[in-house]
Amino acid sequence: MDAIVAEELRKRYKDVQALDGVSFSVRDGEVFGLLGPNGAGKSTAVRTLTTLTQPDSGRAIVAGEDVVQHPNRVRRAIGYVAQDSGVDWDATGRENLLLQGRIHGMSGAPLRSRVDELLELVGLTDAADRIARGYSGGMKRRLDIAIGLVHRPRILFLDEPTTGLDPEARAAMWVEVERLAEQESLTILLTTHYLEEADRLAERVAIVSRGKVVVEGTPEELKANLRGELVTVEFADIDGRIEEAHAIVERLDGAQEVGVDGRLLRTRVPNGAQAIPTILSALEERGLPVASVTTARPSLDDVYLHYTGRDFTAEDEEGKR
Amino acid sequence: MQLLRQTGWMIVRQLRNLMREPVWIALMVIQPLIWLLLYGQLFSRVGALRGGASSYIEFLTPGIICMNAFFGGSWSGMAMIADLDRHVIDRFLAAPASRFALILSQVVRAGITAVIQALILLLLGLALGVRVHGGVLGWLVVFGAASLLAMAFAGFSHGLALLLRREASMIAAANFVGLPLMFISAILIPPRQMPHWIAQLSRFNPVNWGVHAARNAVLTGGHWGATGLYLLFLLAAVAVTSSFATWCFRSYQRSI
Repeated sequence: MDAIVAEELRKRYKDVQALDGVSFSVRDGEVFGLLGPNGAGKSTAVRTLTTLTQPDSGRAIVAGEDVVQHPNRVRRAIGYVAQDSGVDWDATGRENLLLQGRIHGMSGAPLRSRVDELLELVGLTDAADRIARGYSGGMKRRLDIAIGLVHRPRILFLDEPTTGLDPEARAAMWVEVERLAEQESLTILLTTHYLEEADRLAERVAIVSRGKVVVEGTPEELKANLRGELVTVEFADIDGRIEEAHAIVERLDGAQEVGVDGRLLRTRVPNGAQAIPTILSALEERGLPVASVTTARPSLDDVYLHYTGRDFTAEDEEGKR
Repeated sequence: MQLLRQTGWMIVRQLRNLMREPVWIALMVIQPLIWLLLYGQLFSRVGALRGGASSYIEFLTPGIICMNAFFGGSWSGMAMIADLDRHVIDRFLAAPASRFALILSQVVRAGITAVIQALILLLLGLALGVRVHGGVLGWLVVFGAASLLAMAFAGFSHGLALLLRREASMIAAANFVGLPLMFISAILIPPRQMPHWIAQLSRFNPVNWGVHAARNAVLTGGHWGATGLYLLFLLAAVAVTSSFATWCFRSYQRSI
């Protein structure tokens, strides 16, 4: 059975079409990644699926229940860890967890032992009775996750779990998420605008761009669709001759999807090691000064470029504004 | 049952968090005393203001108790803004927390604060020679008027908080509503001394319902029927504003 089904979700805020027909499904027990740049509509999709807000149209089934018709049934089955921490700063970590458990109707000894277990799980046992105001960013994040897990949900939503964390804390969080998926036998939907994060954690991903899912599949499937390797040539000083370089490379055997961007030229070839000497000699023959050449197996970055025709990083920066 | 249990735990949360704010506790105690002493001195020589009381301070004490209660209620929505800003509300809303329990807990918290302040003010009043002519029932009526008034305005304030969602807007709105209501009321002067149109207008002012109830209890210890009616009006106002605030969650959820 599918844990989450989203069908044609649409949602408009004043002048922004945040969701423009989003559809995807998440299988029971998998870690699913919604990947996209800032402003693509990932958080709106999550807020719709967690019953925080309602779609203008479309349908969403979470844990077998319609999010609009039976929001409370959905709420009992899910844990939600928002992008912004929902920790009550004036309460201790333990008090935060106890209150959340009580909202879910838990009480007494079972609640207390569950809270102890979670504090242990996220490594906050020693800090449990300190006021959360004094917690570090990473500690608050771990407390947020514990709060989302108090009632043993079947499905956990993690909205940008590592945004704002330093690289070390991010790596620790990745290990944490992998462990949770296993130990608590959870279905996890996580959103991220880090390509490497989706690649590392998600068994399947859906790439979201401008309120739509552009493609859905395992990271391997998506990358396999882009045959060959990406070769990037950087010129030292091209002086407006980039179009000339473009034309030269395009004539070469096996060079596909040739594109230029400033002093960079990119092309996709079946085998990078064989293609590079041919490309270099063709360019140098015409006196075009090459500064460096790199070759790469396709990344989700390339997948994004391939399916949206836009550069991920540039789009991400734009979304932040 | 679930509603009451959730409300109870959320009240515990709020009171516990407040108890961790020493500055807040100090101000909660000191502020009403300043009002009472300041206004008591300011108008003490104007004999016409007494409205049948043996001293102006006796006339003023129930008024200041009500002013304090409704100011406290009007500002209580700031707590909701803080919870919205820290996304604590989102976390509750994505769990099966009752929206009404979220509001009711804040409203009751405002009522409890108002009763504590009313007690402090009455004790200071006693020290300054005020007598509660209504006896034990009189004390209870004063506490009832203070808590209901605070709760009625707390409901309104939390609704505004959910609609405005910004501190600056909230401060402007609370002043815009609060100060006129204070001056169109018998807090500082008896209705007899007001211009006719203000006296008429003040009859529809919920603040005034509380002031009349509390003043009957302190000054005369009579008119229990009218006093009871005022308290009923206030109770109705609490129901209306709390429902309004609960309804305002819709507006908030549409915006996120």
